[in-house]
Amino acid sequence: MTDLLLSQIKAGGESQFGTDEYVVNLGPQHPATHGVLRLVVKLDGETVKETMPVLGYLHRSIEKICENRTYPQCITYTDRVDYVSAMSVNLAFALATERLMGLEAPPRAQWLRMVFVELQRIASHLLWMGAFAGDIGALTPFLYGLRERERILDLFEMTCGQRLTYNYIRIGGVMIDILPEFVPKCRAFLDYFETKVPEYEGLLTYNPIFLERTKGVGVITPEVGINSGVCGPSLRGSGVSCDVRKQQPYLFYDQVKFKECLATDGDCWSRYRVRMDEMRESVSIIRQCLDRLEPGPIETKLPPVLKAPPASEIYSRIESSRGEMGIYLVGDGTAKPYKAKFRCASFSNTFVLDQLTRGWKVADIMAVLGSLDMIVPEVDR
Amino acid sequence: MITGEQILKTVSGLLHQGLAAAGVSFLAPVVDRVAAAVAMFLGISVFVMFLVWMERKVSAHMQSRIGPNRVGIFGLLQTVADAIKLTIKEDIKPVKRDKVPYYIAPIIAFVATFMGMVVIPFDRGVSVQDLNIGILYVIAITGFTVIAILSAGWSSNNKFALLGGFRSAAQIVSYEVPLVLSVIPIIMVTGTLNLSAIVEYQAAHGYWFTNPLYAIPVLVSFLIFITSATAEANRAPFDIPEAESELIGGFHTEYSGVKFAMFFLGEYIAVIVSASVAVTVFLGGWLPPLPMLGFIPGFVWFMVKLVVVIYFVMAFRWTFPRLRVDQLMAFGWKVLIPIAILNLLLMGVVELFLAKGA
Repeated sequence: MTDLLLSQIKAGGESQFGTDEYVVNLGPQHPATHGVLRLVVKLDGETVKETMPVLGYLHRSIEKICENRTYPQCITYTDRVDYVSAMSVNLAFALATERLMGLEAPPRAQWLRMVFVELQRIASHLLWMGAFAGDIGALTPFLYGLRERERILDLFEMTCGQRLTYNYIRIGGVMIDILPEFVPKCRAFLDYFETKVPEYEGLLTYNPIFLERTKGVGVITPEVGINSGVCGPSLRGSGVSCDVRKQQPYLFYDQVKFKECLATDGDCWSRYRVRMDEMRESVSIIRQCLDRLEPGPIETKLPPVLKAPPASEIYSRIESSRGEMGIYLVGDGTAKPYKAKFRCASFSNTFVLDQLTRGWKVADIMAVLGSLDMIVPEVDR
Repeated sequence: MITGEQILKTVSGLLHQGLAAAGVSFLAPVVDRVAAAVAMFLGISVFVMFLVWMERKVSAHMQSRIGPNRVGIFGLLQTVADAIKLTIKEDIKPVKRDKVPYYIAPIIAFVATFMGMVVIPFDRGVSVQDLNIGILYVIAITGFTVIAILSAGWSSNNKFALLGGFRSAAQIVSYEVPLVLSVIPIIMVTGTLNLSAIVEYQAAHGYWFTNPLYAIPVLVSFLIFITSATAEANRAPFDIPEAESELIGGFHTEYSGVKFAMFFLGEYIAVIVSASVAVTVFLGGWLPPLPMLGFIPGFVWFMVKLVVVIYFVMAFRWTFPRLRVDQLMAFGWKVLIPIAILNLLLMGVVELFLAKGA
């Protein structure tokens, strides 16, 4: 009997007493994935063995749609690429088209674009801060962030009538001039906002539990970051200078004073630090832009049908709230782009996740995912 | 001056008269117990509803929101509306559930915590059962919730629920230890496990915090107790078994309707029980804060202290992020337990050489 049992055990080998991996699907419907991102996670108890992002649940084929729309029509679709930072994508596409066709927006429009894009950056980082804190389990900062974001959205609504998808930055300028009361209201907001940043910092930055959860967690070393194509604040958290506003200035970023926010450690806390500092820098950029805003036209005269030169191509990039936002356009002499490609920061930041979470706990996936600041429509497009 | 004991005597006197008039006075002990249980159940249910409302208002206040204000005055009936909604909701059950533990789990979760209320003295002489091993009983019976959570996690046949159940088992077992260790210094001084007797000791010798010898060890004990009790009740920042951003609903992911309501109720009752024990053991129970305020009945003071303690537990929840599972264990075993043991030693030294010698 015993021999039989022993032989069975030997024959069965490991499989008889082997253990299985615990495969959990985080998403597509899950409270922490900020939309419909799906992560297939292999677990050993609580420890993560592998994280595999599965994409495509929000694929809307925006790049293909753009091939069948005229250039001005495409701007409307760019809003949907990154709904939390729609102004940035508007700007990226408008700039790419302008460069492709050799157009330039008048100075007032350029300053206005800077004001709106930086306001958008603050709004986006505020939402990120709330969502990140929520991922870690602190629910209160979310509402603090939204409280101030609301005032930014009010400013946007006052100008272009929209609160989420603005379609405000157009090819050759902006949609409409700001109202006379915009500048004082914007300044009032900036003063108010500066008093609120210490509030968020007080709630999170040196909170011992927050430090425990973020310090040393999900470290992106500069090499890993560059090799995986991480960009934007996530890479600046590792101390790598990669701000397009500094490296390849567009609009009038070479005429305003601001510093590129860098941190050294590359962990979740450093990425948090970078984004908090960027909000302060944005405030100073907006102030400088408002100072230099002068009356003038807000858009250049465009031909009735906007056509790209034949066999032309352009890769134009800006620093969106999430990192490098590149637009690659190929023109074929018609009014529609032959090919439009969006190089989105969220997409390139997603794939470092596996390297960062291996060997860590389930809860760290959420912290790392939150700190990378991804927006699923931007990943899937 | 009116006391809780007088009210209790009057009510039970009326009951007994009624029974005698009906000629069934031999039923009196049974009727007493049943009446106490029913009163307890109703009282606790109403109090939980108040607490849920309070939690919403507290969180709303902390998050610069308004909170519920539509149903009833100040939104007080919002929880009633929610309770009705939960009871008439469709009961969704996973097909491959493990039937028996699936149904028993919410009942255990509710009953185990509710039983803890039985020995709490609300006023002098007012408790359902004045048990001589009160503290031991409370800690033992509320420890049963781990069975409920583990079987809920197992029987739901859901991976998130199972993870939540495992986390909870580890957590509750770990935090039971500092919880007990934090109460022992008090037992050492008072020499009793009876909750009423501990309050009577404080009535005779003054509040712990007014005595310079005891103030420090008791304060440490109190902080450890509140921390461990928060962890025992699975509340943030120790809510890892139901960590929303990781495990969706944790062990109660697959529960809906009344069964979910029982888990929910159980969590709040666990908070009430822990806070009641904290108030009784550390803050003098039904005693008025100043002797001249003694004209206000004891149970009012008890409730005031209870709500204050619960307010702090709520404030924790809406302020702090959540700990990770290994950090939670490390915090329990490497921080709380050593401090609790050292504190026990300190109390022993104080009691042996200073208090008794003086």
